[in-house]
Amino acid sequence: MSRIARRFAALKQEGRGALIPYLEACDPDFQTSLDLLKAMPEAGADLIEIGMPFSDPSADGPIIQLAARRGLKAGATLPRLFEMVKSFREQDNDTPIILMGYLNPIEAYGIDRFCVDASAAGIDGLIIVDMPPEEAGPMQGPAKAAGLDIIRLIAPTTDDNRLKLVLNHASGFVYYVSITGITGTRSASDEDLRAALVRLRAVTDLPVAIGFGIRTPEQAASASRIAEGAVVASALLATLAKTLDAADQATPSTLPSVLTQLRELAAAVRS
Amino acid sequence: MDAFVAPCYTARPDNSARERSAAETATIMTDGARANSLRNGPDASGHFGDGLGGRFVAETLMPLILELDAAYKTAQADPAFHKELAFYLKDYVGRPSPLWFAKRLTDQLGGAKIYMKREELNHTGSHKLNNVMGQILLARRMGRTRIVAETGAGQHGVATATVCALFGMQCVIYMGATDVERQAPNVFRMKLLGAEVVPVTSGAGTLKDAMNEAMRDWVANVHDTYFLVGTVAGPHPYPAMVRDFQSVIGDEVKVQMEEAEGRLPDVIVAAIGGGSNAMGIFHPFLDDLSVRLIGVEAAGHGLDSGKTAASIERGTRGVLHGNRTYLLQDENGQIIEAHSISAGLDYPGVGPEHSWLHEIGRAEYVGITDDEALDAFQTCTRTEGIIPALESAHAVAHATKIAPTLSPETLLVINISGRGDKDIFTVAEHLGVKL
Ligand SMILES: Cc1ncc(COP(=O)(O)O)c(C=O)c1O
Repeated sequence: MSRIARRFAALKQEGRGALIPYLEACDPDFQTSLDLLKAMPEAGADLIEIGMPFSDPSADGPIIQLAARRGLKAGATLPRLFEMVKSFREQDNDTPIILMGYLNPIEAYGIDRFCVDASAAGIDGLIIVDMPPEEAGPMQGPAKAAGLDIIRLIAPTTDDNRLKLVLNHASGFVYYVSITGITGTRSASDEDLRAALVRLRAVTDLPVAIGFGIRTPEQAASASRIAEGAVVASALLATLAKTLDAADQATPSTLPSVLTQLRELAAAVRS
Repeated sequence: MDAFVAPCYTARPDNSARERSAAETATIMTDGARANSLRNGPDASGHFGDGLGGRFVAETLMPLILELDAAYKTAQADPAFHKELAFYLKDYVGRPSPLWFAKRLTDQLGGAKIYMKREELNHTGSHKLNNVMGQILLARRMGRTRIVAETGAGQHGVATATVCALFGMQCVIYMGATDVERQAPNVFRMKLLGAEVVPVTSGAGTLKDAMNEAMRDWVANVHDTYFLVGTVAGPHPYPAMVRDFQSVIGDEVKVQMEEAEGRLPDVIVAAIGGGSNAMGIFHPFLDDLSVRLIGVEAAGHGLDSGKTAASIERGTRGVLHGNRTYLLQDENGQIIEAHSISAGLDYPGVGPEHSWLHEIGRAEYVGITDDEALDAFQTCTRTEGIIPALESAHAVAHATKIAPTLSPETLLVINISGRGDKDIFTVAEHLGVKL
């Protein structure tokens, strides 16, 4: 069983959903993002998404755009990201790590080599924002061979016919993009989320995580109950950004601020 | 073009000895012609050649792209749509645009006979309105009420704002902050036309960033918004659809050159930003292998200066803005900022069909620097009395380079994609003139 499947099965036993925080690689620098990654499980992260910065994140709002820009400025590359995960795996072999990013840096690295190296580093799943199932062909074989789950995205605009197509080769879990919009902007109502989950449950047995627009502990708690997990990204990155100095460097309050917020989110999800 | 071999459309040998009826033969011939044509692309999923083009967008947009594809197919098959478009192209855009014999320039260069396709005479001053008119009619059919678009030089933004005024639709134009500054007259024009112009500060504040922001707006407003893409790039069906709407340029050249010279042109030269004016004039000639097609990219400070916009000549395959194509990128797959004096060419990518024509060798792609374009801008203005857009000046520059090397029987067509009034401030600054 994969780390992802094991983690969701264990949480089901516990009777609660997953809290899935997000951090951007090398934001604001390699060491700070690695320290943050290492501290996240103890602060309540059940799975962790690591963003691979891209110069043109066209599905992301201003908060993730700025985080990506800081990450790139600090030298984020796929090899650096793999290094982060390898170092994390020396202390934690259970918390699933999902790489989230855009296709171009992966293609530039080489799809086969990427899948092998990502898996060897200890990455469990991939969310590739601009790779719909129609264009996923070249990635499918290498990912499967390397034991990487390609996490499928479902949006409110995905109709029932398309649901089946999108979930056809899905594995790991399903990521429900709860709003039609970019990251870090609006939020969906519980009512809309419940309705969406009914549609999803009819076609898949995989766990579902809800992302986009989850900011507060209450929203995280509620989403983790409606589905099997809640992803919190922009809210944490906004907190991190606020602690940086004028030159966008980390300060002594950077890690504690983000981790305090993560603990509050975790407490709500566990209550 | 002697060395050019493209197995995909060499004539299919038919050794069948069986006798056929005339009708059967005709069917086989048209099927054969279709199968062997270079004008069939892309395939149903939007791919040109080996994996170029396609649809690389977030799932939220995917259903919309498919809906657009279906709506466009329906419109294409509907004679009423074509009739409506023809009406607006004639009486509003002002088509056909003339094919002008540039006698003074021809005499001065002493080589090929130079013709200019006068797209700068279209309403709003560029080829952009050809595509915008087609797409706005489609958006109306689809019941959309709000239009978003990206713009570089502002010509596409102005064209979009114009049709939104004409049809009473809400219009939001995303424009890089750098471009807002260097194309101030067009910004004011868009505002006069009732559009909201949103300056984009991410990245270098140019066309690529405006495209990102327009996509973000679209994804957030899918219920009522139509994304009116201004060039032959983006996810399928945009590259094919924009090409189809721009092909009126090449279709007209074919007829006009036949009238003027009784034959096909020999060389066609057009500037390449995203590639829409070039694709529009190239596409009708793709199967006429005697016609040499030359796309002129902006070399900026020079092809190897690191400050260039020559995506085909200095780029590699990659995925950006919904399609796989040639991109300026670093070894980590991060997109490099383009540079060109011309805002309309200042883009690190190019339409996927151009990437394909480059890979199969059907079209040639060359670079012209900022300085060469500035020279050609002045040459064209003084010898023909036509002030070309800085974008089009790149095509003029390459034509002036090769014309003297060609025989006087050679018929060379330059696509004058736009007029240069919008550029006089930029040019004045480079010439050290204070306005
Ligand atoms: C006059 C003119 N020509 C050419 C271009 C480049 O675009 P494309 O390559 O799509 O024709 C532009 C773009 O703004 C333009 O305004």
